[in-house]
Formats: sequence, structure tokens, C-alpha cells
Amino acid sequence: MPIQYYIALAVTLFSIGVVGVLIRRNAIIVFMCIELMLNAANLLLVAFSKTHTAVAGNPLAGIDGQIFVFFIMVVAAAEVSVGLAIIVMMYRNTHSTDINFLNRLKN
Amino acid sequence: MNLAYLVPLFPLLGFLINGIFRKQLSKQAVSIIGCGALLFSFIVSITLFFDVKTGGAATIKYFDFINISSFNIPFAFQIDQLTSIFLLIITGIGFLIHIYSTSYMHDEEPHHFARYFAYLNLFVFSMLLLVMGANFLIMFIGWEGVGLCSYLLIGYWFKNNNFNYAARKAFVMNRIGDLGFIIALFWLLAKLGTLSYHEIFTSAALAKLSSQDIIGITLLLFVGATGKSAQIPLYTWLPDAMAGPTPVSALIHAATMVTAGVYMIARSNLLFAMAPFTNQIIAIIGVATAVFAATIACKQNDIKKVLAYSTVSQLGYMFLGLGVGAYGGAVFHVMTHAFFKALLFLGAGSVIHAMGGEQDGRRMGGLKKFMPITHITFLLACLAIAGVPPFSGFFSKDEILSAAYASNPILYYFGVFGALLTAFYMFRIYAMTFLGKFRGTEEQKHHLHESPKAMTIPLSILAILAVIGGFIGIPEVFAPNAHLLENYLQPIFAASAPLKHVNEVAHSTELLLMAVSTILIILSIIWAWTKFSKYEDDGKPTTGFAKVLENKWYVDEIYDTVIANPLIKFSAFLKNIVEKSGIDGIVNGIGKFIQYSSRQIRLVQSGQVGGYILMMVLSLVILFLVFWNQAYISHFISVIFK
Repeated sequence: MPIQYYIALAVTLFSIGVVGVLIRRNAIIVFMCIELMLNAANLLLVAFSKTHTAVAGNPLAGIDGQIFVFFIMVVAAAEVSVGLAIIVMMYRNTHSTDINFLNRLKN
Repeated sequence: MNLAYLVPLFPLLGFLINGIFRKQLSKQAVSIIGCGALLFSFIVSITLFFDVKTGGAATIKYFDFINISSFNIPFAFQIDQLTSIFLLIITGIGFLIHIYSTSYMHDEEPHHFARYFAYLNLFVFSMLLLVMGANFLIMFIGWEGVGLCSYLLIGYWFKNNNFNYAARKAFVMNRIGDLGFIIALFWLLAKLGTLSYHEIFTSAALAKLSSQDIIGITLLLFVGATGKSAQIPLYTWLPDAMAGPTPVSALIHAATMVTAGVYMIARSNLLFAMAPFTNQIIAIIGVATAVFAATIACKQNDIKKVLAYSTVSQLGYMFLGLGVGAYGGAVFHVMTHAFFKALLFLGAGSVIHAMGGEQDGRRMGGLKKFMPITHITFLLACLAIAGVPPFSGFFSKDEILSAAYASNPILYYFGVFGALLTAFYMFRIYAMTFLGKFRGTEEQKHHLHESPKAMTIPLSILAILAVIGGFIGIPEVFAPNAHLLENYLQPIFAASAPLKHVNEVAHSTELLLMAVSTILIILSIIWAWTKFSKYEDDGKPTTGFAKVLENKWYVDEIYDTVIANPLIKFSAFLKNIVEKSGIDGIVNGIGKFIQYSSRQIRLVQSGQVGGYILMMVLSLVILFLVFWNQAYISHFISVIFK
């Protein structure tokens, strides 16, 4: 599989994520879209890392890309846990998950 | 000689004490301090005079005033013949004026009274510095000091705004002259590196100056003198200076400030003798001022205004004398003029005092029988200023006029014409004031009285001086070697004497000139006396030429239209157009722009999370574009900003 396919898929996923974040108002969906973007980046990292390994012929070449992927996953998981907690609190206070509902800092 | 520093110290102390404790001191204490300071100064001045007479001139250095590697200006006094004469005039007449003031200013509030005396003392102090300094810088300090004090004293009644304007006018006109003076000083400093009289007025130092330098410096010094000594074109402040109390006018006009210019030129006589061109200018300006001011005085009705113009005119004579090289004659005229002009002003003050503040001659008349002492002294002063022998004015005026004749008869004819006018207007105002019948109100008539002793005694002393003052300068014609003043001043003018190309007038000619001028003057007096002793105020407005004279040749109006108004218009243009719309526009515009853009940018922070994220994405896109095209962009920038 040529690398361009992976790039195209990642760009598509990322764009879907971006557009989702921009146009959806449900906080959960926005979250999912953020995950989509992160995973698009992960996909690219893994794809390039594998290509690197194949081209160099050295099993350790491009290994750092894979390590980054794990880091991103861990950080994303932490982020999601914090974000979900915030969303839950928000829902308890307002009985909605609409992000535009909270456009004022007071009250 | 070692007491010299006391002369200016006493008035300075008087100024400080009266000025600082003006609210605590009683009027009596103020008078004693103010007059006492001058009395002590006068006594020291007399001792200095005799020291100089026996031991010659001396220069006393006190400390280094300005000391920079290349040049040094010491704070030093030079007590020589010229200075000692001036010291006697300033402190002696100043003392009499102080005594007179105690009575004249009696109705003032105590702290204003003290303020007045503090100013008066400061004035005398500045004038003393001016004549005692051993270099031009000390002279300049005094020069500026008298300018400041004239401002303070002319505007003494500061609640009247017209008086304040008069004070401001005096100050500003003097500044114009001072500018010329200080440029001349810088010029001297640049060329010679020193300002001490001893070092400048030596043939070695003057040899360093080219003829253009000398002409430039002397002309600029003369500009300074025209400001202080009220010559054309800077004389208009002096008539306005009548706004101050009358004794102040006497002090300014007789003993101090206006003689500063004469003193300065007499002091620099060696420099001026080397510049024939400047001397011609000085003589022409002097005689023009003498005649011009005299014509104006013939039609003024305010008694103080007449005296003011007569001062301008007499100063013109002094400058005529300086211009034709009669330095001794000019100093002599300063001295006699100080006597009779102080007397005239104090007499006028006495009249004004009796008339309850009235200064208009048209509403006086017949004061002869109410105020005998004032009348007699005023009459003597008028005779002296008119130049009737053997009064003091005759000798000094004649000395100047004969020197003028020797230099150029045309100057002499104008000078005599001015003298005739002088006799005419003095006796016109005398007759309007003292002869005929009283033309004021009944109330004023009831109030008329002879002034108190504190005013009449100085009048009497000055009258004696005005009558006999001329005998210290008897010309060669009458008695050989009897000109005491000239003999005394001889060392001062010795160096410049060989440079003067004055062809002596033959004695027969001189006698003839004297006789002719005297006869003409007496005729002029008789004419004025007969014409104005029966003066009646018809109340008709003057017309034609008389109106021009009454309005002082419209000089003030000309100055206003030619100089003042364009300047005011220009400054209004700068204020309204350049500053308001230009500079303020830029500054306020920046502020307004910032405010406007803040109002616009505020809208970006809407609180809509989507909006923020959109912005984030857009900026990311822009960043990506920038980084992708980095090479092109950096190339583009390097082409533009080579």
C-alpha cells in the first residue's frame, strides 16, 4: 500500500474531526471529533514509522513514531477523563450538553 | 576701598528683611530699614569717592564666579572715577526718593508698603551691581536685575490690569535690547576670551578685533543701550512706565535704570571710539530721539507723561554726547539730569498727592498759592532742564551741544531745536499746573495742601542740587581748568581721547552758540508762559498735527500693526491650526484609533467556543501556508529590505 493512501485517509479523518468540532453543538460529539483528529495524527505517525523501518531495513529506525503514538493515546485518555468529568458537571448544572449554552462566564 | 562690598550689601539686606518679614513689620520699621540701607550705602559711597580721589581706581576680587579651564570670570568690583560718580548719584538720589516714598506711599497696606520698599531696595542693589562690576557679566546681572525690578515696580498696583500690561511692555521691550547686549558679550567672549574691563580695554586686546567685529559689537551694545535707555526704536515702554507709583518713576528716570545704557557706553568708550560708524549712528539716533520725544511732549496733558517724554528726550541728548565723543559731557548730563528729573518727578508726585490722584494738567492750575515749596522747586527744575544759565542743565547741555557742533553743525541745529521744544513743553506744563486759576472740582480744591515734610525736604535738597549742580562742570570758556568733573573723570576717558577727531570749537564761536541758544530758550519760555498761564480747557478735541502729537505720532499703533499683530496672528495660527488640528490631531488620533480598534476586536471574544476553534483552525491554516511558502516569503522580504 503506498503511503499516499494513508495520508489521504488521515487528512479525511482529520478534516471530519475539524468540521465536527466546528459545527456540532453537542459536547460529547465534539469530544469524539477531537478523538478523531488525534487518531488521524496517530495513523500518520504509525504509517510513516513503518515506512521508515521498511526503507532503512533496521527494526529500530522510526521506532520513535510508534512511541509518540503511545504517548498521544495516554495523554488523550487523561484528557478525555478530565473533559468527561467537566461535561458531567455541566450536565448536572444545566441539564444539557450544548456547548453554546455556556457562552457566558457569569451565572 | 575694602568697604566697597558694603555698598550693594545694605540694599540687598534691606530687600531681604523687608521682603521676608513684610507681614510682621510695621510701616515705620519698614521705612527705617529701607531708607537706612540707602543712607549707609550713601555714606560708604562718599568714602569710596574720596578713596578714588586720593588713591585712584581699584579692582577688588571677591571670588571666582565662573571658572572654566579656558576662561575665568571673577566676581569682582571695579571702583574707579566713573563708578564712584554713579554710586553717589544712585545712592544719594535713591536715598532722597526713599525718604519721599515713605510719605507718598503712606496710604498703602503695611505688607504692600513693605513689598514696595523691598522692590525699591532690590532695584538699587541691581543698579549698584551694574555700575560696580569689574566685568561685563556682573554688569549684565545688574542689567537684568533692574529690568526685573522695573517690571515689579511698574506693575506694583497689580490689581489694575492696564498697569500690568505696561509692566509687561517695559519688560519685553527691555528683553529685545538685552538680546543685543548679550550677543555682544558672547562675541567679545568668543574673540577675546574674557569679559573683564581691564583686559578688554587695552590696545593689545582690541588689536585682536577686526573692524567688522568692533562695529558689530558696538552696534549690538548700542541695541542693548537703546532698550534700557529708551532710545528710538525701543522707547515706547518708558512713557507707559508711568503706571507705577510716582517715586518709582523718579528712581527709574533719574537715578537708575535709564542711565544704564549711558554708563555702559561711557565704560566702553575705548571700544566705541574705534568705531566711527557706530558713533554716527548713536549721534543720529540720539538727536532724533531728543527732538522726536520733545515734539510728543509738547502736546501731552498728563503731567507724568510730559516728564516721561522729557526723559526720553534728555536721554537722546546724552546719546548725542556719546555719539560725538563727549563722554564726559554725557556723564555730566546724566548727573544734572538726575538732579532735576528726580526733582520734577517728585514735584509732580507732590502735586498728584495734593490733587488726590489727578494727573491731568487740564484740570489743575493755580496751585502756586496752595503749594509754595513744590511750586518753587518745580520752577527751579524747569529752569534747569530748559538750560537757562546758571542752572545745572545749561552747563551739561551746552557741553554736549558744543561737542555736537564741533562734530557736525546739523546735529547741533537739531539739538538746539530740541532744547527749544524742551523749554516750551516744560513751561507749558508748569503754567498749566501752577499758574492761572484752579480748574478742578470743588472737592479737590478743598483738599489741596502742601505736602508733608518727608516730601518737601527731599524736594528742597534736590532743588539746591539742580541749581548749583552745574558748577562742577564750568566750561573752559568761562574759567580755564574749572571743569572739575572732567578733570576727575579724565583717567577713564584718557585712552580714547587720542582716537577722537574732534576739532575744538573756537571760544568766540562757543560763546556765540551759548548766547544764541540761551536767548532762544528764554524766548521760548516766555512764549509758553504767556500762552498757557491763562489756559482754559475748552474741551474741544484737537485736530490735525496737534492730534498726531497728542497720539504720540501713532508709534504704538504702528508697532502694533507692524510687529505685534502679525506675531499675534501667527501665534493664533500656530495655536489653532498647527497645534490643535496638527499635533493634537495626531496624538488624539492615535488614541481614538486604539479605542476604535479595541471596540472592534472586543467582538471577537464572543464566548462562542465554536468561534474560537474556527479561529484556531484558520490560524493553523495560515501558519501552514506561511511555512510552506517560507522560501518565497523570505526571498520577497530580502528583496524589499535590501
